[in-house]
Amino acid sequence: MSRLPEGGRIDRSRPIRFTFNGHPYQGFAGDTLASALLANDIRVVARSVTYGRPRGVFSAGSEEPNALVQVGSETMLRATQLELVEGLAATGLNGRGRLTSDPETARFDKIYAHCEVLVVGGGPPGRSAAQSAARTGDRVILLDEQPLLNSEDSDGLPPNVRVLLRTTAFGLYDQNLVLAAERRGDGGCLWQIRARQVVLATGAHERPLVFANNDRPGIMLAGAVRTYLNRYGVAPGTRAVVFTNNDTTTPLANALGSAGITVAAIIDFRQDQAIVDTDGDDDGLRAIRLAGGDQVECDLLCVSGGFNPADHLYSQAQGKLRYDEQFACFRPHGTLPNVTVVGAANGDFDFAIQPCWLVPGTNGDWSTHFVDLERDVTVADMQHAVNAGMRSVEHVKRFTTIGTGSDQGKTSGINEVGLVGTLTGQPIGGVGTTTYRPPYVPVSFALMAGRNRGELFDPIRLTSIHPWHVAHGAVFENVGQWKRPWYFPRHDEDMEAAVLRECRAARENVAVMDVSTLGKIDIRGPDAVAFVNRIYTNAFDTLKVGFGRYGLMCKADGMVFDDGVVMHLGPDHWLATTTTGGAAAVLDWMEEWLQTEWPELRVRLTSVTDHWSAVAVVGPQSRDVVRTLFPAIAADAQSFPFLAIREGETGGIPVRLHRITFSGELAYELWTPNWYGLALWEAVMAAGQPLGITPYGTEAMHVLRAEKGYIICGQETDGTVTPQDLGMSWIVSKKKPFVGQRSHRRSDTARPDRKQLVGLLPVDSEELLPEGAQVVLEENGSGAVRMIGHVTSSYRSAALGRTFALAMLQSGRERLGTTVYAALNGHIVSATVTEPIFYDKENIRRDS
Amino acid sequence: MLIPCPWCGDREDIEFKYGGAAQIAYPTNPDSADDAAWARYVFFRPNPKGKMAERWVHSAGCRRWFNLGRDTVTHEITSIPDMGQRR
Repeated sequence: MSRLPEGGRIDRSRPIRFTFNGHPYQGFAGDTLASALLANDIRVVARSVTYGRPRGVFSAGSEEPNALVQVGSETMLRATQLELVEGLAATGLNGRGRLTSDPETARFDKIYAHCEVLVVGGGPPGRSAAQSAARTGDRVILLDEQPLLNSEDSDGLPPNVRVLLRTTAFGLYDQNLVLAAERRGDGGCLWQIRARQVVLATGAHERPLVFANNDRPGIMLAGAVRTYLNRYGVAPGTRAVVFTNNDTTTPLANALGSAGITVAAIIDFRQDQAIVDTDGDDDGLRAIRLAGGDQVECDLLCVSGGFNPADHLYSQAQGKLRYDEQFACFRPHGTLPNVTVVGAANGDFDFAIQPCWLVPGTNGDWSTHFVDLERDVTVADMQHAVNAGMRSVEHVKRFTTIGTGSDQGKTSGINEVGLVGTLTGQPIGGVGTTTYRPPYVPVSFALMAGRNRGELFDPIRLTSIHPWHVAHGAVFENVGQWKRPWYFPRHDEDMEAAVLRECRAARENVAVMDVSTLGKIDIRGPDAVAFVNRIYTNAFDTLKVGFGRYGLMCKADGMVFDDGVVMHLGPDHWLATTTTGGAAAVLDWMEEWLQTEWPELRVRLTSVTDHWSAVAVVGPQSRDVVRTLFPAIAADAQSFPFLAIREGETGGIPVRLHRITFSGELAYELWTPNWYGLALWEAVMAAGQPLGITPYGTEAMHVLRAEKGYIICGQETDGTVTPQDLGMSWIVSKKKPFVGQRSHRRSDTARPDRKQLVGLLPVDSEELLPEGAQVVLEENGSGAVRMIGHVTSSYRSAALGRTFALAMLQSGRERLGTTVYAALNGHIVSATVTEPIFYDKENIRRDS
Repeated sequence: MLIPCPWCGDREDIEFKYGGAAQIAYPTNPDSADDAAWARYVFFRPNPKGKMAERWVHSAGCRRWFNLGRDTVTHEITSIPDMGQRR
């Protein structure tokens, strides 16, 4: 056992059992996996990523490049940061980690916090900063990545200092947003802290020395050795050598001696001494070799090449660093607003050092001089990069992958800079550092996601009628955040059979659909009519109260944006419907014009999408259903014509009736306040039952509207389509100004060979063109074939007894009657170009 | 990034939508603008490295549009004249 008989901040009364690579071991409460492994004389923890070399514990913190382990689904944990818990089962990483396919079971949370002063790092400078900030009564947060503050007097912090332990700040963003990861049991918490002032007391990382075979288990950072001795009461070896270029290692010899470790040699680079190579076996270090040829047996080599202020956060926030000759390190230079750097992080050092960037070996070989232990990058790799012409430290980084491991080069980065300087003959300060980017430590996706996983990933919007759809076996599709019935299969019907049946019901009989998801925007104010008139391409100032009108809107570039029926409900009161997916964007866009260009208009906009449930009753027998439900309303075609609006009630349910159709059939939309939605639907189903009323979903809706050539914004249009391209010049007013009007006269918008909406009838009436298929003119083209357009919608039609499609084709309207071609699953489909209306061109059914 | 909404105060940027460059005047008489002038209004926007006048909308808050000066390098935010007359 290498556990010292006494000392350390561990609880020897609480033994903890764990396994490593399947073997049982014991440690104590307060141990990390690393200290417990060292206490159990385990020197080899992992195998390196490229060369498979044995590697042991190298550091005592988040800078660890070697001792990577897998625990459960976590593939690359640092043994130096992993607190020992009962039953911990860790496996040393052999090369790369392996992701599991098991779902993450650990719980992750997020907390947003605000404070006047955030101190990152709980060492003496950080604690002192927290204490003085707390005196003013400010809210102070002090965080540290260790499970305890490294000080005896940590109890002395005032109550307005909130201390977060096991918490690593990994990103410093604009206006002092700090992201920090707290480790909690097997899960964690993502802290998002907004601080008026950030104090960075992040300390410094000791850097190793670069010499041949400097990667063997048993070779450790000198400061880490002291940590294992003092904090964990662990002797990481029995016979030690110290290799240093500075005087921070002076107290180490005594500490080793008190722990009963023989100090075999102290090799001080400042006295022209150097270790030129090491010997060892698969279990690690056995001896070192000196420049003069002497060999010294040892199983522990404590190395120190100096200190790098841990200025990752400062540098992420665009803080500048400059090279300090005295301490051979990069330290902050200049200021960042509301950020201060204190202590070792600021380069406030007090030691003497002689920089040492590499120690030549004995045989001219550089392939075991490891610079980046995690990435297995050696001086030979760096020479290769420099010989290939790299001079910039950023290029060398990318060429060699140095500093790109999960440790982000904490122990290798500055040695890389020193070596680039040495190998290229540039001064270190001129080489500069690579760019520091978040995160400072690896952060799991599970932590970023927090609770926003599975059902909580995105809100789900359901209509008030949704429970009925579920109970009646609807298959749903996602439309934005809405769940909408896609089709209602009966028995063992497949989708195609169900949709054909639903379409037949709407054309021949009566069918019903939940259209509650339509976007609805309430428009009120004395200038509402002027506003509506400017937004839509067609005129609304002629529309009487109690009627609706289909409207189309364009963006300033003249391209179709959205459409829907706009209702004139009363004096100064309108209601615009939008596409289901476009509702939020349309409201934003209307507000934009109202607030930024037309502030003189007295208009208020309110989203009322969720206020109303809406039921479309469709088909030649829909009037019978309406008459049954609303006997008081004269429903004949003259009394209640197309696009008229009526108020009514049925069985105590208040209903607004609209004669609107998206199928081309005689149809009614029945709107009721959301609370009554399900009751209204059930009343419609009951009234329609003798007629065999058929619920239908979005797929049948799409087929029905396409048979009529009604467009869907976002399907026929893609932001490059004008109303004229759609053959909808009839809806573009020439008498009044509207948004996008001037763009319709631009030479590009007005040219005749734009893509235009047409219909396509496959010559083989069973062939279904795939939506998105490119359309060409040549049946057997060789080489590059010019594409003249694409299929936007394609369905099988019950009413037509065949397949049909809509397409956007160049000069499409000039191609009516001609044959075009599209590739389909390896063969060519011929189709005839037609008008984009396939059913009831005269609108007799609609107006009946 | 913290964005100062003139109505709600400093809020996280995720509450806002970006509205592009500010101070792009809508042509007073679009019909008399030639194609080049109209295209300049519709398609051309500044893209400076440094100070930029921008429009933002507090879409997950008060839904109000406002103007903001932002340095595209440092994210330093300054106030600039507001758009139009506020109701």
